[in-house]
Amino acid sequence: MGRKLLLEHINVPGINTLEVYRQKGGYRAVEKALKTLTPDEVVEEVKKSGLRGRGGAGFPTGMKWSFLAKPEGVARYLVCNADESEPGTFKDRYLMTYIPHALIEGMIVASFALGAKTSYIYVRGEMMPQIRILEKAIAEAKAAGFLGKNILGTGYDLELYVQLGGGAYICGEETALLESLEGKRGNPRIKPPFPAIAGLYGCPTVVNNVESIAAVVPIINDGGDEYAKVGIGRSTGTKLISASGNLVKPGVYEIELGLPVEEFIYSDEYCGGIANGKRLKATVAGGSSVPILPANLTLKYANGEPRLMSYESLSEGGFATGTMMGSGGFIAFDEDQCIVRNTWNFARFYHHESCGQCSPCREGTGWLEKILHRIEYGHGKMSDIELLWDVQRKIEGNTICPLGDAAAWPVASAIRHFRDEFEWHVKEPVKSLSSNYGIANYAVPIEKKVEEVKQDNI
Amino acid sequence: MADLMKVTIDGITVEVALGTTILNAARQIGGDIVPPAMCYYSKLEGSGGKCRTCIVKVSKGSEKDPRPMPKLVASCRTTVMDGMEVQNITSPEVLEARSGVVEMLLINHPLDCPVCDQAGECDLQNLGYENGLQRTRYEFERRTFERIDIGDKIQLHMNRCILCYRCVFVADQITNKRVHGILNRGDHSEISTYIQAAVDNDFSGNVIDVCPVGALTDKTFRFKNRVWFTKPVDAHRDCNHEKCNGKVTLWYKGADVLRVTARKDQFGEVEEFICNECRFEKKATADWTIENPTQISDTSVISSNHYETFRPLPVIKENLALQEANKVELEKTSKF
Repeated sequence: MGRKLLLEHINVPGINTLEVYRQKGGYRAVEKALKTLTPDEVVEEVKKSGLRGRGGAGFPTGMKWSFLAKPEGVARYLVCNADESEPGTFKDRYLMTYIPHALIEGMIVASFALGAKTSYIYVRGEMMPQIRILEKAIAEAKAAGFLGKNILGTGYDLELYVQLGGGAYICGEETALLESLEGKRGNPRIKPPFPAIAGLYGCPTVVNNVESIAAVVPIINDGGDEYAKVGIGRSTGTKLISASGNLVKPGVYEIELGLPVEEFIYSDEYCGGIANGKRLKATVAGGSSVPILPANLTLKYANGEPRLMSYESLSEGGFATGTMMGSGGFIAFDEDQCIVRNTWNFARFYHHESCGQCSPCREGTGWLEKILHRIEYGHGKMSDIELLWDVQRKIEGNTICPLGDAAAWPVASAIRHFRDEFEWHVKEPVKSLSSNYGIANYAVPIEKKVEEVKQDNI
Repeated sequence: MADLMKVTIDGITVEVALGTTILNAARQIGGDIVPPAMCYYSKLEGSGGKCRTCIVKVSKGSEKDPRPMPKLVASCRTTVMDGMEVQNITSPEVLEARSGVVEMLLINHPLDCPVCDQAGECDLQNLGYENGLQRTRYEFERRTFERIDIGDKIQLHMNRCILCYRCVFVADQITNKRVHGILNRGDHSEISTYIQAAVDNDFSGNVIDVCPVGALTDKTFRFKNRVWFTKPVDAHRDCNHEKCNGKVTLWYKGADVLRVTARKDQFGEVEEFICNECRFEKKATADWTIENPTQISDTSVISSNHYETFRPLPVIKENLALQEANKVELEKTSKF
């Protein structure tokens, strides 16, 4: 049984209320931080814990906090990014729905560490129930004296606001989120300056994911060193994984980082294997924007070593044979799923969600979608595969924000690992409409120490 | 000196003031190494960074931190550091990425240059000639919009727009009130007004000048003539508007002034914004004091019909002093 830090009491009835949350040891971190620690000590604890951002990029949270500019007389802000809209990721929604006080407690401690007097939780527009839950929880916390003026008699003031977004994927990008929070069109800003220097209303701002902020609570309760003992290497602590797709038990799981991928998929404690007795064909390990991997590379590195659920291990092998931790949206595809269709579906999403500010992403995402649509519906040509590769390469890295990369990577990896399937769609346009390519050799286990089973260095 | 930053672009070193962008440093050097800019406009604060045509490679970050930057950067929004080394046209990677951006800009562009008023002075046309492919790889239907009249003097062809946001910045910074902006998202984005309200402002005509393509066109000049058949002349008048100093370029065809625009510098940016009265209402030679013919770069298609190659008089061939005095013109003739 893996250690649970965030979801330990998730099954306690009424844990969403302040009363039960307090009985289970809630708001200890607030008392400890505000009464016994200085803000710098809190930052130091988070640094020691090695906590890495849970929103996708995996940047160390403590480091991010220490970069915050602290000019005299200028307000500082903490903004929680709850605009969770990555296809395949639903961990933040789960956390906010069932244990909202964990987020609020984390927000209070983090705001105290950063010296923010006003903090915002930017929630995606579609999550109306979660907004009500959070507002109710904030009202409870305020009534109990954890928010507002002079918290717990320590002289620290904090106002916490929930702001509802418009439901755009791009508003999960931190600068677009700040623009949207200011009431403007949610276009990403051109960096530099980074939000740590000039963020919300031009003031220094830290933007953190919901899970990163909630993870501050166990760090303060048990100490950063204790937190760093959980996990493996530089991937410390626990991570919420939202597992979906053709699994026996899809859902949100809290894992200790370093769990083998094979155990995560097949053990009964977690996903319980592939549904309906089928075989695993491919996985997307961290939300739709990370590279897709065939089953054999998901479970093992190219050299046959088992792959683990951690930031380093998932990205082992670079983009040629690896993927990324991303935001923890684990999608499994069984043998009957069509990778071309899935890639088209992702491209369609990015086309729809591109903000239209910079040209490669605005025009390129639509182009990718149209080519993939053509291949999927049996009108493709062999040259389309090269064209797709070329178009994605011209989007990647040339855009203002990472959405361009996010649109390009799934297409690139699908072609890299599943080129046979794309070619089959082109060669068998009629058959591909009614049947699937099947599992082919994508699940052939990789023998240990065998060099590179598949490598298309294109 | 502490305030001067030394930056090397394509092997040419220049010293620039603190806070200068790579693009402006390149413009100080001039010539072929200046990255093309479709959305950046030096007179408009906050512009740039969107079209991505000006991307360059920073091969050395600075003297203190010599690591190269991991990605290509937008030169219009990246400030120079002391000792920075930048590659523009010497880097195949930059040229390839730029041709990719040009291709992206053109896939949904109607390419209706034969009937577009901007042809001949269009930034996108120039960019396409320099960096584009000979043929398109885009085999799908292009995105189309209806033409709309925004105000009585300006027509918007959204099909041609590349969403550079320049006209939005003009309305924000030059006029009192902005009534147009970007609607919708992604490749459905369009410039439009709030429920087709009219753009009506003393300085609204400047959006035509800043538009790099033919998306915003002057209704008083539409389909009157091709720009390369007209003859530009610098002129001025005493304008009553407090923000306008009346310095313009008149575009003649025969004895008629077909249109009036603001004066543009060598990078195609206007020198000073002009008011709508000068632009749309004063179209007689009698309204203006003529200064001199406008200097047009000899690489521009506009110069092709007017400024003939210099034919040296026989007397110059024998007189060294006259040859020295006409050196620039003689060099041009030798080019042809």
